[in-house]
Amino acid sequence: MSTKSVKNSKIMNNNKNGILPDKIDRFEVRIAGAGGQGIISMGMLLAKAISLGDKKNASQSQSYGPEARGGATLADVIISDKTIYFPECITPDILIALTPGAYEYYAASVKPNGIIIADSNAVETVVGSVMTVEVPILKTCLDKFLNPIVANMVTLGFLTEFTGIVSKKSIKSAVEDRFEKSKFLESNLKALKAGFELGKKFKSEGLTQIEPGICLNL
Amino acid sequence: MPLPRTTADGHPIMFVQGNEACVQGAIAAGCRFFAGYPITPSSEIAEGMSRELPKIGGTFIQMEDEIASIAAIIGGSAAGAKSMTATSGPGFSLMQENIGYAYIVEIPIVIINVQRGGPSTGLPTKLSQSDTMQARWGTHGDYTAIAIAPSSIQEVYDMTIDAFNLAEKYSTPVILLMDELIGHMREKLILKHDCELELRERCLPEVPTEWYVPYKSQTNLVSHPAPFGMGYRYSVTGLIHDTTGFPTQISAEIKSNLESIRNKIITHRQDIWKWQEYYTEDMKYLIIAYGSAARAARDAIETMRAKRIKVGLIELKTIWPFPDNPIKKLAYHTKAVFVAENNMGQLIHPVREVLPERIDIIGVQRYDGRPLEPMEIIRAVKEEIYA
Repeated sequence: MSTKSVKNSKIMNNNKNGILPDKIDRFEVRIAGAGGQGIISMGMLLAKAISLGDKKNASQSQSYGPEARGGATLADVIISDKTIYFPECITPDILIALTPGAYEYYAASVKPNGIIIADSNAVETVVGSVMTVEVPILKTCLDKFLNPIVANMVTLGFLTEFTGIVSKKSIKSAVEDRFEKSKFLESNLKALKAGFELGKKFKSEGLTQIEPGICLNL
Repeated sequence: MPLPRTTADGHPIMFVQGNEACVQGAIAAGCRFFAGYPITPSSEIAEGMSRELPKIGGTFIQMEDEIASIAAIIGGSAAGAKSMTATSGPGFSLMQENIGYAYIVEIPIVIINVQRGGPSTGLPTKLSQSDTMQARWGTHGDYTAIAIAPSSIQEVYDMTIDAFNLAEKYSTPVILLMDELIGHMREKLILKHDCELELRERCLPEVPTEWYVPYKSQTNLVSHPAPFGMGYRYSVTGLIHDTTGFPTQISAEIKSNLESIRNKIITHRQDIWKWQEYYTEDMKYLIIAYGSAARAARDAIETMRAKRIKVGLIELKTIWPFPDNPIKKLAYHTKAVFVAENNMGQLIHPVREVLPERIDIIGVQRYDGRPLEPMEIIRAVKEEIYA
């Protein structure tokens, strides 16, 4: 496959529910990275925003090791119109991979028509041919905020704007709830906004597929 | 605009973990004393209780270990406060001796066990249902245990309240069995208003202090030792005792003491048993599961029903006393019964005990720290159908 524009993919449509189908049987989002990156917070905020704000059913579960920092960490969010029984991803519709380990380990489990959102540094060897969008998440954090700690907010902002699986209003409220009366509210909201902008840029400028699956915003 | 904090009809609404729902349930049930020692995956319960109890005049103590924790809550309850502790496998093992003490002195307490992989320190952050049997047989001697198990966040809240009610009603320890998945996963939780809660309070003596007999069972076969500090003086001992609470060697009194702590539960098992049936009307195959395994089973059944496989589920909310009659009745017309659990096969033993030999009993077990997946259950059912 040669280089081609993927501007017409379902991402670029401005559906009310983003890439979520009209009737959601079961939509799975897996967020994977390292302990300390805020992976579980991200999952929790996403599920809370969808459940309480967007009035869909959502559950969030997690998997992590005994390490406080650095171990492989995973948060699974399930979205549905029906009651959710099994709360873990089986074949994710969306995978967010913030580390090379996370991409390598979980890329193969994503549905063929799913999407992988990977940090620019996360894809070392390409796995499969699922549409993989490389996003400079950590680079944005370092350039704009001189701090990688807000990577989860930038990712959440990007995910919201780019896929539309959660409304911007709800995700913003969930972040405000989480950091209510905290001195970290402003920095987190700023990072979330930076994520929105990154998502907007990717949507408006379109993506270019440089090799099977791998899409860049050139 | 903030996320909604109440439902349309004014009930507080949250998006929380099982462990946080447990804290909400305990506070609603009237728990005012918590002693514990933090352990993954139950630590958020201790954390939540340490935050919430002081606000409402309750007391939280972090003890030096789990042995001290269980001793402290027995003391707290003996003084009249609804008391609870929360732990996981290793801590639950340490507590066993004093749990036995609570059975024999008939003090109501609630013990939350958020199960993780074992034996020993095992798998701190991974799930398991391998304390199923320990909840029944953990401490030595003859006794009958009550253990209940929720499978959703709403149920954690509701059943934590149930646990306190059962403890007070039968004056006995009640074990709430969760697992790591239920403890840590998040879902929507709707809280009840105080006026909607049905709470059981401590049964207090009505006789003058000089006539008081602490272990004289009442009409419902349950004796309710009076809280300390009310003026009723009696002996509290782990030795087999007579109705006054003093040790005995007399055959009839020994039998009577042991039978009373068994019969007060066994006689009322119909009242204690709770279960939920799912697609059982026309089923040919029955799945038995609880907790996170039951969630996987429901998912599996939805998939199989879409393919017209007649499979149903009995989801046990009460694990002990084992709901033998409901299972017997449901399984009677089935071709095979599947026991789905996150361990090497524990719940399958009482199932084998109650079902006739003509029914195939098949274990669907997973014990690698990951939850049992719907596909594994489907595979087991299909193998049986096409065998």
